[in-house]
Amino acid sequence: MALTQEEVRHVALLARIALTEEQVATLQTELNGVFDYIDQISKLDLADVEPMVHSIPLVNSMREDVPVPGLDRERALMNAPAREADAILIPRIIGPGADA
Amino acid sequence: MAVAANPQDLMFKPATEISRLVCAREVSAREVVDAAYAHADACDAQVHAYNQRSDALAYAAADELDKKLAAGDKPGDGLPDSALVGAPVAFKDNMNLQGTRTTCSSRILSNYESAYDCTAVRRLLDAGTLPLGKLNMDEFAFGSSTENSAFGPTHNPWDLARVPGGSSGGSAAAVAAGLAPITLGSDTGGSIRQPGACCGVVALKPTYGRVSRYGCVAFASSLDQIGPFARTVRDAALALQVISGKDRYDATSVEAPVPDYSQALGADLKGLRVAVATDFLELEGLDPEVKADVLDAAERLTRMGAEVGEATLPSTQYGLAAYYIVGPAEASGNLARFDGIRYGLRAQDATDVLDLYMRSRAEGFGPETIRRVMIGTYVLSAGYYDAYYARAQKARTVIKQDFDRVFADYDLILTPTAPTPAFKLGEKTTDPLSMYLSDVFTIPVNLAGNTALHLPTKLSAAGLPLGVQLIGNYFDEANVFRAASALEQDYQFPYQTVPVNVLGA
Repeated sequence: MALTQEEVRHVALLARIALTEEQVATLQTELNGVFDYIDQISKLDLADVEPMVHSIPLVNSMREDVPVPGLDRERALMNAPAREADAILIPRIIGPGADA
Repeated sequence: MAVAANPQDLMFKPATEISRLVCAREVSAREVVDAAYAHADACDAQVHAYNQRSDALAYAAADELDKKLAAGDKPGDGLPDSALVGAPVAFKDNMNLQGTRTTCSSRILSNYESAYDCTAVRRLLDAGTLPLGKLNMDEFAFGSSTENSAFGPTHNPWDLARVPGGSSGGSAAAVAAGLAPITLGSDTGGSIRQPGACCGVVALKPTYGRVSRYGCVAFASSLDQIGPFARTVRDAALALQVISGKDRYDATSVEAPVPDYSQALGADLKGLRVAVATDFLELEGLDPEVKADVLDAAERLTRMGAEVGEATLPSTQYGLAAYYIVGPAEASGNLARFDGIRYGLRAQDATDVLDLYMRSRAEGFGPETIRRVMIGTYVLSAGYYDAYYARAQKARTVIKQDFDRVFADYDLILTPTAPTPAFKLGEKTTDPLSMYLSDVFTIPVNLAGNTALHLPTKLSAAGLPLGVQLIGNYFDEANVFRAASALEQDYQFPYQTVPVNVLGA
């Protein structure tokens, strides 16, 4: 099964990555090459095989319910691209039409 | 002081020997840091292992240690009870350490200041080691050559025209070049062992859960594991000893007690059962010298008293396909956090929030990161989950069953680590799949979750490091170290002859 350029654009939207038309074309070729290889997994007989979600058998990992200090505010904010007082500043996310 | 007068002489000693000299006050911790940076000044312009040196942290730790030593403190008495006190170390740039940036060699994090400490980093430093800096890598650990770094590639100290492997290429090259005797890397599909093979250093991926992943920027959470690089098996074992164990900040770290790994070193091999994975040796494209080296290692193990047999792991041939579903799928989720909002690069003049996300990520991510996120997003998208992710999870089960079957009869599995010695820069950058195949022998271990170590053996006819992979059962790092230690003594790999060495003279 080969990905079309339209599918590449759709996946890029889901992945939240803006692609140029040149990138779409390159990725179409590269991803189809990768998927040609990956598709060999369909040859494995996996009937009645349980999926492995985790390699080590673990039960719920609980700790004592004792409060400990978390990340302090200044350190949480120090990498913000823009900030105002104790908050991260972001561009408006609701369009002008919603102002009223 | 004579020993510090030649930085290179000091820096090619094992961490345990540097620690002994420091604790005996034959050389000061400050002189160790001086030597480490003097050697880096001499050769890192060629190698480019460092992304960032942490001079202030290194000298602060060194001066505090020197003060305590001057006051009469000793390891276990006023100082950490460790044979690594005073040894310099460095970290892959995906591990947080306050006072350094953690960039993952990505534009999107190029200015990111660590807000807290990675547990494995903290534990190694709490053992009295000195933090030299952060090391180059493939962006977000996506790659097998360190050419995917946004800050330029690292070069192999054995041949500057060749790659150091990846993704932990900076960590491997730093140890090979004598920049640090111990470094930490992370291994999701071979990212510790394959660069260990390219650069000719001891490189261990611990059992999943042995070492906390807290503070290491996540690639694929069900596969990632932090582990050490070193030039001696003893240094690697001591480093693992220190970083292992349960961590309250990583629920997948296990409670299992951490054995004294040094007990396994130098132990004889009588009764140790080793399987040569014969199907691994039939892979198309396997370098004949690499294959011969594995068979030679098997003979040496036999001569030293191990019971060597043969086994096959037929399902592992699907490992690479399963990995390129599971790895990118988990990565696409983990990398969703890089959206330009709370930290990292933010695109300017966005028209709306979707535009902000999409352009921040497009500007911040390199080509391989975009490929992986695209693969992962696709296999998880509506209608494809069963064909890909669900199948890959089942493939992990049958691969684990292959290992379980062999480990019912054997303690260790002997295989190549990488199909070829280090390849040339640029050789595989235009063909993603050929790059992915570099990890064909290492990936099955991540999928199953057990442990494996790369051990350097000798140099190829072309002067490049050769070596073998020793695969152990779950939490059986001790037997891996036992065999590695015996082979290490038998081979005497010529670390000091690394050509980049002469640049520091």
